Amino acid sequence: MPSATPQLLLRAAALGVAVVLIQVAAVSQVVLFGTNADLTPLVVAAVGLLCGSIPGALFGFGVGLFVDAALVQTMGLSSLVFIAAGYGAGRLRELRDPQAGVVPMVVGAAATAITTFGFGVMNFLLGIDAPVSFLLLRQILATIILNALIALPVFALVRRWLSPVLPEDPRRRRRRAYTTGGLSPLSRA
Amino acid sequence: MYDKTVRRRRAVLGLLVGCSLILLTAYFGEPAGGALHSVQRGILEVVSPIQEGASRALKPIRDLFGWVGDTVSAKGDLKDARKERDMWRATAIRNEAAAREADKLRGLVGLDRAPKSLAPYGPVTARVIGRSSTVWYGRIFIDKGSSSGIKRNYAVLGSDGDAQDGAGLIGRVESVTANAATVRLITDASMSVPARTVKTDASGDVKPKAGNPRDLILDYTNKNDPIGVGDPVVTAGTTSQRSDLTSVYPPDLPIGRVTRIDEPGSEDQEVHLAPFVDLQRVEFVQVLTKTVDGNR
Repeated sequence: MPSATPQLLLRAAALGVAVVLIQVAAVSQVVLFGTNADLTPLVVAAVGLLCGSIPGALFGFGVGLFVDAALVQTMGLSSLVFIAAGYGAGRLRELRDPQAGVVPMVVGAAATAITTFGFGVMNFLLGIDAPVSFLLLRQILATIILNALIALPVFALVRRWLSPVLPEDPRRRRRRAYTTGGLSPLSRA
Repeated sequence: MYDKTVRRRRAVLGLLVGCSLILLTAYFGEPAGGALHSVQRGILEVVSPIQEGASRALKPIRDLFGWVGDTVSAKGDLKDARKERDMWRATAIRNEAAAREADKLRGLVGLDRAPKSLAPYGPVTARVIGRSSTVWYGRIFIDKGSSSGIKRNYAVLGSDGDAQDGAGLIGRVESVTANAATVRLITDASMSVPARTVKTDASGDVKPKAGNPRDLILDYTNKNDPIGVGDPVVTAGTTSQRSDLTSVYPPDLPIGRVTRIDEPGSEDQEVHLAPFVDLQRVEFVQVLTKTVDGNR
């Protein structure tokens, strides 16, 4: 887990505020395939993938709190589901550290699924009376697919924004050196 | 060392989940004027000018996406629209004659208090600066608030730009700050609007169908009500004679049109309507800031 430098905290906070504002002011007003994309779970998952489980969960909590406050929703609801998304993405990185190019896409889709279904389940538990219909499921699925499609550029942007302040991960440095031919643990030995 | 890391990770996770649950419980337990609600209003106050700026700055991008989508769907709609136009033209001519006759009759029986326009309701025009993106919460944010005379529970009308059917009731004001307000849309799961059909005066409550903003339900209709597909549905206004049971919606505000009736004539009949306004495309709204005759 990278240590949280002030620069990293600052950049993460700016990223969280910006993504919520862009989501509310622009993305949520653009309808594609009968639904709209939701950048927030994608960004939370991207931070989890880049920084690890605890930063991911903390970022998810913060973004969720801001979403609930800015959208006048039930406070704590989005925080709870975004914690799951950020923590899950972070744990995946810590346990498996997958390197395939499509990982952000898969993780983005999974994070969107966790947040949308989690949000739905929480709403039902809280007693918001809404019928479960095929249309509701269709809309959720459309959002997941749309988010999966835009996950790669979103992940690239988040990585570009955070990478200057991310501490170098020893595991990645070792792997990079090994795969590029130099500094193999064997040759060093 | 490893155990310490694991313990720390679990502690942080437990702390965050605990904080969320405490927030959730506190929010549900407090009244609308409670501390957390006040914090939300404060944040809305701070964020709304930024939202407005972002909304204006990003409008060209929204328009670009909207243009692409509109062009694709417009091709399919054109043929239907032409057919409908011819039908409505004929209906409009008939209605014009009927309206003239109704005016005369209304004057004769002393019922000429029905508003000819929205002017008596003191409409205040506002710009939409933000929107909730979940299917569970139907809310928009507007750039006018209490400094423009807007208060909670005022009815809000909108238009999606269509000349004919594109205007009508979209919701009511939920919370207000000095220069911004949130509007709970008629597609929000908690909304219910007393309504009636124009042609047959069948009354009920308009409720949303979760997951489909283009489908509303006219609930609590009588199985014997002669409701037909295509009937326009409008707000019922205040129907009670008691002064403490006034409706927040003025009468006769257009809501939608009946699209189909499931199990017609049975106790479980479900009347579906399509709202006149495409809520995803509303950019400007009108908030009705005055009540005329207790909305009767």
